[in-house]
This record gives sequence, C-alpha cells and structure tokens, in this order.
Amino acid sequence: MGEVSLIDVSKRFVLQVGNETQTVQALSRVSFTVRDSEIVSLIGPSGCGKTTALRIAMGLELASSGRVTVDGREVKGCGHDRGMVFQHAELLPWLTAIENVMFGLEMKGMRGAELRSTAERYLDLVGLGASKNRRPHQLSGGMQQRVGIARALAIDPKVLLMDEPFGALDAQTRETMQEELLQIHGRTGKTILFVTHDLDEAVLIADRIVIMREGRIQEILHVPLPRPRGDLGVARGTREFAETRYHVWKALHAAPGTSSVH
Amino acid sequence: MTELVDSKAETQERDASGVRRGVPRWAITLASVGVLTLLWEWFGRDINPVFGSYPSAIAAAFWDLIQSGKLQAATLESLQPFAVGYALAILLGVPLGLVIGRYRVVQAALGIYVTAGYAMPLVALVPLLVLWLGLGFAVKAAVVFLMSVFPICINTWLGVAAVPKSLIEVGKSFVAPNTVILRRIILPATLPYIMAGIRLAVGRAVVAMVIAEFFTTISGLGAIIINSANNFDTATMFVPIVVLMIMAIGLNGLIGVIERKVAPWQAEIAGRDRE
Repeated sequence: MGEVSLIDVSKRFVLQVGNETQTVQALSRVSFTVRDSEIVSLIGPSGCGKTTALRIAMGLELASSGRVTVDGREVKGCGHDRGMVFQHAELLPWLTAIENVMFGLEMKGMRGAELRSTAERYLDLVGLGASKNRRPHQLSGGMQQRVGIARALAIDPKVLLMDEPFGALDAQTRETMQEELLQIHGRTGKTILFVTHDLDEAVLIADRIVIMREGRIQEILHVPLPRPRGDLGVARGTREFAETRYHVWKALHAAPGTSSVH
Repeated sequence: MTELVDSKAETQERDASGVRRGVPRWAITLASVGVLTLLWEWFGRDINPVFGSYPSAIAAAFWDLIQSGKLQAATLESLQPFAVGYALAILLGVPLGLVIGRYRVVQAALGIYVTAGYAMPLVALVPLLVLWLGLGFAVKAAVVFLMSVFPICINTWLGVAAVPKSLIEVGKSFVAPNTVILRRIILPATLPYIMAGIRLAVGRAVVAMVIAEFFTTISGLGAIIINSANNFDTATMFVPIVVLMIMAIGLNGLIGVIERKVAPWQAEIAGRDRE
C-alpha cells in the first residue's frame, strides 16, 4: 500500500519586506489524495504553491494547519515512507553515484554487503550500473537525476515525491526520462506525486492532474490515457492527449476564481 | 587524407598560439624570483650593510649558520612549539567553527568571542601569558595557537553558513540525525573553506612563533634575528626571515597537496583552467 493525502492543508509565510512584515498565504485548505500506485501530477503557474504542497507532504516544511497522512496515518516531519527526488538531483558532490544511493540506505539503517548490492540493483534499474563509480560532476544532468531517482527508490518508500525533476533537462533527455519513469513505475508500482510546470509532461505521466492556482486547487481531472503508455511519442498523437492537454491549458489560462472539481 | 593533414595543421596552429599558456607555472614563479633577487643584489650592494643587505651576503651568512649547525638547531627549536600550537588550532578551531556555524545557540553564545579574538592584540597579552604559563615551551605553543585558531574557526564557520540548504534537506529527507548531517554533509561541503582557513593560519602562526621567541625566552630562529640585529649583522638577521618565509611557502604547498587528497572533487569541479 502507498497512499498519501493532504487534508485541509494551509500554509502562511511571513516575509520581511523592508520595514514591513507581509503575510503570504501560500496554500489555502488544500486537500487531495494520491491513491496506491497512482501517479498524480501537480501543475500550476510558478508561485501557485505546488512545490510548497510537495515539501509539506515530504515533511521538509510544516503546514500552518491541516494534516498529511500516509496510508491513513498522520505523519510529522520526514520519514522513510516517503522518498524525495529534488529538482536539481542534489547529489552529494563528494560521493560517487553508488555512494549517493548508499547514503539514503544507510540512513534507513542498512549495513554490510546488502547495502552495496541494493544500491547496485537500483542503479541498474535506472540504467546507470556502468557509471556507478563516477562523481556527480562526471555525470550529465539526466544521469544525475537518474541517480537521484535511484537514491529515492532504493529506500523502498511507499510514496515517491518528485519536485520538477526533469525541469532542468533538455527537451530530448526529458522525454527519455519520462518514458523511463513510466517503465520504472510499471515495474515497481510506486505511488508518485509529481510536481511540474510542463503541461505535456503533466498529461503524459499522470493518471490524474491537480491544477493549482494561488494556493488553491482549481481543478482535479482524470487523464483518459491507458496504461502502460509505452511509446510516449505515440501517446502524444492520440485524441485523448490533445483533449486533456487543451483542457488543462484552458484551465491554466482561465480567469482566477473559476474553480471546479471533477 | 587531406582532412587528416588539415586537422594536424590546425592543431599546430593552436599550439603556436597557446605558447604563452604552455609555460609551466613554476617557471614563471622562478623567473619572477630570479629577477627580484637580481634587482635586490644590484641595488642592495650600494646600501650601508647596517641598514640593509643583499642576497649574496645573506647566502654567505646562511652558509656560515649552516656550517656552525646553529640554523638547524634553531629551526628545530622553533618548529616544536609551532607544530603543537598549529595542530591544536586545527583540532579545536575546525569543530568549534562547525558547531558555531550550525547551531544558533552556540553562535549566539560563542561567536562574539571568536570574532573578538581574531582582532585580539596578542602581542600585548604575551606578558600576561608568560605569567600564566612561564617562559618555556607552553607559552610559545599557546601564542601560536591563539594566533592561528581564530582564522581557522572563522573560515569554518563561514563555510558552514555557505552550505546550500538543499544539501542539508537531502539529509533531512532521508531522516539523517543532526550529527550525521554535520559529519557527512556539512563537514565535507565545508572542507574547501576549512582548508583556506588552515592556509591563512600558516602566516599568522609563523608570525606568532617569532613573537613568542622575542617576548618569552629568546630562542630558536627568533633568537638569531634578535642577536644578529643587536650586533648590527643585518645579513645574518635576514637568514631566519628568509627561512621562515620559505617554510611558510612550503607548508602552503603541502596543505594544497593534502587538500587535493581529501577533497579531490573540489579541484575537479572548480577546474584548473585559468587565464
């Protein structure tokens, strides 16, 4: 099982701007659930609170009010039940690829021969077995992010939380990574919450899309594309893709305050 | 075939234009030192030997001191408190800088002493230290320690402050305890700053060593400086000064080698290409 829910989550930031303090309402009563084995993408313009929502789900930030539950149990702070994939991979630059994966496993308490073999297995899963002894700066951006994914997957979390993981990659690498992510999802069945600002990506990857605006959920919609999606180039050519993409596009360009939940 | 020839010609052309870059750094340094020495020799000879000296006279004095064994004995005598004080400064300064940088409470409680201590007029305090620690080895090591611990500590502290928040969040998201975050994320991320602090401290430690030898029991290289100055033997006075400067350069180089050993990724990331 792996189900993560945000329940009535609000978040206020206090900013010091010059001499005055400003309160920013980053999230207002956001509630949604990512069901077991489901991929949900969280999309919206920058500043809409999507990354804040993900960081609260991970426990890197605390909600001002509301709760986060994993499989129905409330969680406070970070936990091994959730694995985080960061926007810029955030590998530790002094460790090799395999050592980076091992770091996460060690924090979970794994020791000995199992540690290395598990890390190797997950590097193989993301197709980096041959580069396991390279340091991050000896890897391309896409390879770095693969290590980031392997590091998060290796601890076998119930939920994978991904913060615009392919946003910094070039278009071609991004498409490859999207396909690989779906393949990994097919094999592992992980529940994934995926933050993106890329419309195509949101539709291609997800089972459902949560559209956010100004700290609120504007719309949640189902993506009618079948699984497995196989060649994403083919999926792009389907009518379902075009219609869903257009729907999301319209929602993102709609006037504020017109929200509906399907 | 023609393509091959073309590419070869191009390579040679690039080599030709890259000659200036091709001169090894040590050769440039050597040339610089050589020119300066020659200039010093040329103009230094015209000066009254009490008011100044010049390289060949210093070299002769150096040879005399070596032959009498005085220089070796003095260097050894100076190095011992230097090594102890400097090593203690690293052993204490680095952990202190780490916790000051990491923990708000420690920073509020101790940061002020470190900032103040860096500017402390240590020379003025030496008589007091003599009262506490006597005139021997301990006080000399203490003076070296007090002069070098603060730059090491402050640099480490600044380094911790510069660690990207995102790397610490990696630790947090994998539920790493605070001590693990400090040891396995903050410490390696701070290493370049720590090494810079250790380098900065070399110069201060050398100065501290001589100050200690002047103001406590007159001993070591400091004693040669004082005694020859009192005898108006300016050339001999310059010998320990030059030795100390060379020692500092050597130590700096050694620290650079150690840095590339303990933090190889840093040099790889930064790259060694410079104009």
